[in-house]
Amino acid sequence: MATTTDTGADFRTRLQEWLPKLVLSPSLAIMLVFVYGFIAFTIYLSFTDSRMLPSFGWVGWDNYDRLFRVREWNVALTNLAIFASLYIVICTLIGLTLAILLDQKIRGEGVLRPIFLYPMALSFIVTGTAWKWFLDPAIGLENTMHLWGWESFTFNWIKDREMAIYTIVIAAVWQSSGFVMAMFLAGLRGIDNEILKAAQMDGASNFQLYRRIILPQLRPAFLSAFVILSHLAIKSYDLVIALTGGGPGNATALPATFMYSYTFTRNQMGIGAASAVIMLMTIAAIMVPYLYAELREKK
Amino acid sequence: MAAASTETAIRSSNVTRVFIYLVLLLFALFYLLPFGIMLVNSLKPLSEITGGNMIALPRDWTIAPWLSAWSTAQIGVEPTGLRPYFINSIVMAVPAVVLSTVVGALNGYVLTKWHFRGATIIFGLLLFSCFIPFQIVLIPMARILGLLDIAGTTTGLILVHFVYGIGFTTLYFRNYYAAFPTELVRAAQIDGAGFFQIFWRIMLPSSGPIIAVSFIWQFTNIWNDFLFGASFASGGGAPMTVALNNLVNSSTGVREYNVHFAGAIMAAAPTLLVYIVAGRYFVRGLMAGSVKG
Repeated sequence: MATTTDTGADFRTRLQEWLPKLVLSPSLAIMLVFVYGFIAFTIYLSFTDSRMLPSFGWVGWDNYDRLFRVREWNVALTNLAIFASLYIVICTLIGLTLAILLDQKIRGEGVLRPIFLYPMALSFIVTGTAWKWFLDPAIGLENTMHLWGWESFTFNWIKDREMAIYTIVIAAVWQSSGFVMAMFLAGLRGIDNEILKAAQMDGASNFQLYRRIILPQLRPAFLSAFVILSHLAIKSYDLVIALTGGGPGNATALPATFMYSYTFTRNQMGIGAASAVIMLMTIAAIMVPYLYAELREKK
Repeated sequence: MAAASTETAIRSSNVTRVFIYLVLLLFALFYLLPFGIMLVNSLKPLSEITGGNMIALPRDWTIAPWLSAWSTAQIGVEPTGLRPYFINSIVMAVPAVVLSTVVGALNGYVLTKWHFRGATIIFGLLLFSCFIPFQIVLIPMARILGLLDIAGTTTGLILVHFVYGIGFTTLYFRNYYAAFPTELVRAAQIDGAGFFQIFWRIMLPSSGPIIAVSFIWQFTNIWNDFLFGASFASGGGAPMTVALNNLVNSSTGVREYNVHFAGAIMAAAPTLLVYIVAGRYFVRGLMAGSVKG
């Protein structure tokens, strides 16, 4: 029975069966090492006495203990809370408003939409450069208002320890709100017009249509926007570096800038690793349930 | 689909419509202003910026700031201008984009057309890697790049961007191929076509749009990256974003704002150009990255 051609064919079928897994395996291996292996390594480091270089003396929860006693970390957490909540809420409001307005059979939608969205294509470093100067009282908006005769106008948030974090919000909203608009617009375009027409026939006002029919149908878009914006907020690093450098003082420090400065410039790698672990856990708390639900649904 | 079916059935009065246009135009101004003013001021001599109005058009138009930003401005310690860093970014981005797209396409193909146990878990693991804060991998990555002896080089950055791009490209191709009729693949299989033949002859020819999406998004992300560039590239090997930040935030000497603006626009130009030329795919990539399925 087993002729040579048969075993040859057998081998080829076997190979064809294994090929898909074979093709996927390098990616899987890369992922297991560079993502999950690295995460494990950083978590391990966060329990060691690493300073300038990784070292492996076990110190238990010491780094976490010290981390939460560092003033700058608490500043960073407060800033993140302020920044993330304002960033998410304002982006969602602007995005939703623009999407609803653009959805009113607007002439020139094809021109307006790309204008709202182009900041998404820019690097945060470019955005930071543009806004840093626009917000600089000496040459930016404040100076212009003075030149136009509005002498009492002041807008020096970027130099003000209390207000500087809000300038980060302004620039970040400028960059991302168009993206939220695009997500909502896609949602609006997917709504069945027959239901709207039926409701109009029943005498529903526009406001009622939006409140009762349209907004509830945009739930998935709200959820996606929240998830995407919150993970962007937690990861925010470039914009702070370009706009304020974390200053004045450390008034605009965020967890991402804290991690970098403790790990690489202050040689406190153990504490830096601990802060990175906290960042990961925060994002995981949002992303894991979301991804789990998304993947289950499609099965 | 006909245009009429996607447009809303909501009706509004003329007064409302005027108001709507007004709000939309104000927002357009908000989005255009910072970048537009930067462009205008990059064409002014420095004295007109420090002593004048930022909204005003230049009295003396000049391209000197652009020339300076490109070839003579002080970046770090060397007066090289941004040109070498621009080239670094291209040398870094192109291979990383191509590699991650090829691998993503194959992964997407396997995950959608060759079902096997654990495929969803593997995809979930890949997907989560898109969203991790990269701070969590910085320390071990620095070690590995050192061990491989590619620390501080463009090769190192290519590796980094390739590795952390796979999740996204797999997501794009998986979602795209999920909608591709599996019957065609099965029919080709019965006709004796092999794994790669099917990919090459059946999947790839219809993958144009998603390849465009993947190229554009990977390019935008990699070109705009700052964290990896700042962490793993040193001195002359830095990418454009890091060089721009050095230029703008260097504390020595007179702040040449006009040169900074010209540099910022140079750093923005490639991704902006891609956006203008292929905006449609840009928006699609955005959707694919946010609405999974």
